[in-house]
Amino acid sequence: MVPIKKSPARSTRASAQPQLHPGSLVSVRELTPQRTRAILQLADKLEAEETLKRARRLLKRRVALLFYESSTRTRTSFELAAKSMSADTTLVSALSSSIEKGESLKDTGITLRALGAECIILRSPYSGAPYLLAQSTGLPVLNAGDGMHEHPSQALLDLRTMLRFLGIKSAKLNEKSLKGVTVTICGDIFHSRVARSNALLLPKLGARVVLCGPTPLLPDLATTLGPGVSIERNFDSSLKQSQIVMMLRIQAERLAGLSLDLDEYRSNYQANGERIAAHAPKALVMHPGPIIRGMEITSEVADGPQSAIAEQVSHGLAIRRALLLQALSPQPISGKRA
Amino acid sequence: MKPILIRGGHLIDPATGIDAPHDILLEDGKVAAIDKPGKIKRKDAEILDASGLVVAPGLVDIHVHLREPGQGYKETIASGTAAAAAGGFTSVCCMPNTIPVNDSPEITRWMLAPERNAVIRVFPISAATVGSMGEKLTNYPALKKSGAVGVSDDGKPILGDEIMFECLKAATRYRLPVIQHTEDTRLTAGCSMNAGPVAFRLGLRGMTVESESSLAERDIALVRKVKGAHLHVAHLSSKKALDAVNAARNEGLHVTCEVAPHHFVLNEERIGDYDTNAKMNPPLRAESDRAAMIEGILQGRVDCIATDHAPHACHEKEQEFERAPNGITGLETALGLTISVLHKQHGMPLPSLLAMLTHRPAQVLSLTGRGTLAVGSHADVVLFDPNEKWTFRAKDSRSKSKNTPFDGYPMLGRVHTTISEGRIVFQR
Repeated sequence: MVPIKKSPARSTRASAQPQLHPGSLVSVRELTPQRTRAILQLADKLEAEETLKRARRLLKRRVALLFYESSTRTRTSFELAAKSMSADTTLVSALSSSIEKGESLKDTGITLRALGAECIILRSPYSGAPYLLAQSTGLPVLNAGDGMHEHPSQALLDLRTMLRFLGIKSAKLNEKSLKGVTVTICGDIFHSRVARSNALLLPKLGARVVLCGPTPLLPDLATTLGPGVSIERNFDSSLKQSQIVMMLRIQAERLAGLSLDLDEYRSNYQANGERIAAHAPKALVMHPGPIIRGMEITSEVADGPQSAIAEQVSHGLAIRRALLLQALSPQPISGKRA
Repeated sequence: MKPILIRGGHLIDPATGIDAPHDILLEDGKVAAIDKPGKIKRKDAEILDASGLVVAPGLVDIHVHLREPGQGYKETIASGTAAAAAGGFTSVCCMPNTIPVNDSPEITRWMLAPERNAVIRVFPISAATVGSMGEKLTNYPALKKSGAVGVSDDGKPILGDEIMFECLKAATRYRLPVIQHTEDTRLTAGCSMNAGPVAFRLGLRGMTVESESSLAERDIALVRKVKGAHLHVAHLSSKKALDAVNAARNEGLHVTCEVAPHHFVLNEERIGDYDTNAKMNPPLRAESDRAAMIEGILQGRVDCIATDHAPHACHEKEQEFERAPNGITGLETALGLTISVLHKQHGMPLPSLLAMLTHRPAQVLSLTGRGTLAVGSHADVVLFDPNEKWTFRAKDSRSKSKNTPFDGYPMLGRVHTTISEGRIVFQR
């Protein structure tokens, strides 16, 4: 064997990838515990604020919602969040715009900017698309879900839901706040941007994340996401360890030829009344939606006392207000000022 | 054409084993004489002072995409060969994935016509099957007669066992190598980078190394059945496939392979936040595979270096990562990267390194009289300073396209003059 000297592949990041606008949020990798705390505190503050005062916050500021994929919760809550602060919003969706005629993401972004958009909220079926949009427009871009990559605002609203349940105040949030807390994320992890964002964010605050699901939906290398992330193939034993359990839908639209025995899936991984009662009677049950009743979760659990599904949606409004205000503020808002 | 006398340089010709100060005389497009410094006298010759420079055979790249006919907005034969000359290359073999596909003697001849204004020698590789559709063989004897030096369906690998078998048999009958991009595309649908932790984190579907090695193994099994067949594995990128090629070689089979500079310089981490200039196929692999490429080259288990120069227009690369086309330019960065990584970092002697860029690739595709400075061979010469440090700037590239992950990258070794068949085609 010839001894191979170590010559780490240099990764000179030349002019190709400029810095994102500081108001952008594309990946939870950008979030430190401090910045996370600042966002949550701002969300609290805006929620408590008197309606008319809040309504002056983004008066006539222009926000574009660019949606290449369907959405109910995310789109509506971003829109309502913007409107509650009196921003003007425009929705551009793939089917009713020039995107259908082949206009590129870059050109669509430039067009929106030329029309006065000061911030773009993007949902795309392509992983990484928000980076391209942010680089081509220079505007703050909020990632509302990109392919199988990330959904950072969802992870933040999930965090807010968890903190309420655990009785932890936003102001107290730091890298140890969730020490001793185990969160199980169960289901189609491979295709899930929600799972990636949560699994990257929660360990930064001290939580342990247990990923659960069958190998085709949860490859072994998922543990390489980062420290604090492990895999447990047995749902019952992961429930036993967890204070919080997050169920995910099987993303039929992204399965790409993967076939799955759904009966077997239900019997091994469904959150049903019997299983939750036996193994996690006190756990908080979450789901980012859309839920497929009778598949990954039964109505008994989704509508039951442990379910936080509707609550998550309301927290979405609060988080997205904070993200919008940050994106449109001249300076990033610090933890202290909020 | 005036004779050219290159004086005062350090001549390295791996094919003949020369590695010493020598002068060289080029006349009538051929190497006319080589001798000790000061020995060759010619009053009528143009004198090139090569002091401080290495004088080597013009480089040979057996894997480029020149995009003509059909995609002149990405590259033309004129612009691609100008970039090649700037990179020290004097022979390039161009892949048939043009529009239309180069599957006929007419298109092959069109590429070779003087109107294309190639500044260096172009050797077309023709499609192995009609339209590269993997169904019906093209006319190998006619293609060979028109100038084809090999057959390949490059980006659309031949998957069917039957047709690949037929292809190897026919190519062997007409003494043409079969060049295969070994990727089992049935395993890589929707994939845009190497499979592994980086792909998982980025939410991108990954190509496994097995998708490369399994097709190489299938092809090798077929080569066993065809006496005299020559299979050349293009742009090999994984240890697994390299091991398969070398096992075949040890069996006595005629199987060769090339490695592209980006596969021994970069790994998958270079994709960063979805940089489409780091997207190519085969993809940048894990660090262990990158190290295996270097080890393979140092051990002589890789036949040659080829760039897979694949120009794409800016607007095509400025798309979502999964939608952007595969490929990067490579002709102007190959020598600087090779010297800096293989010679400087890993101590590979210059003659061995130059062999992989000159007579060995020429040998793989039987380009006679190329890749060597033996008296009587074509007067293809490159003069370069092996110690000059410089920074590559994509904007200064001669290629029509600027899609490279090496913009702003430090290089070692810089081309000063390139001579193709006795004509100076590049001078800095």
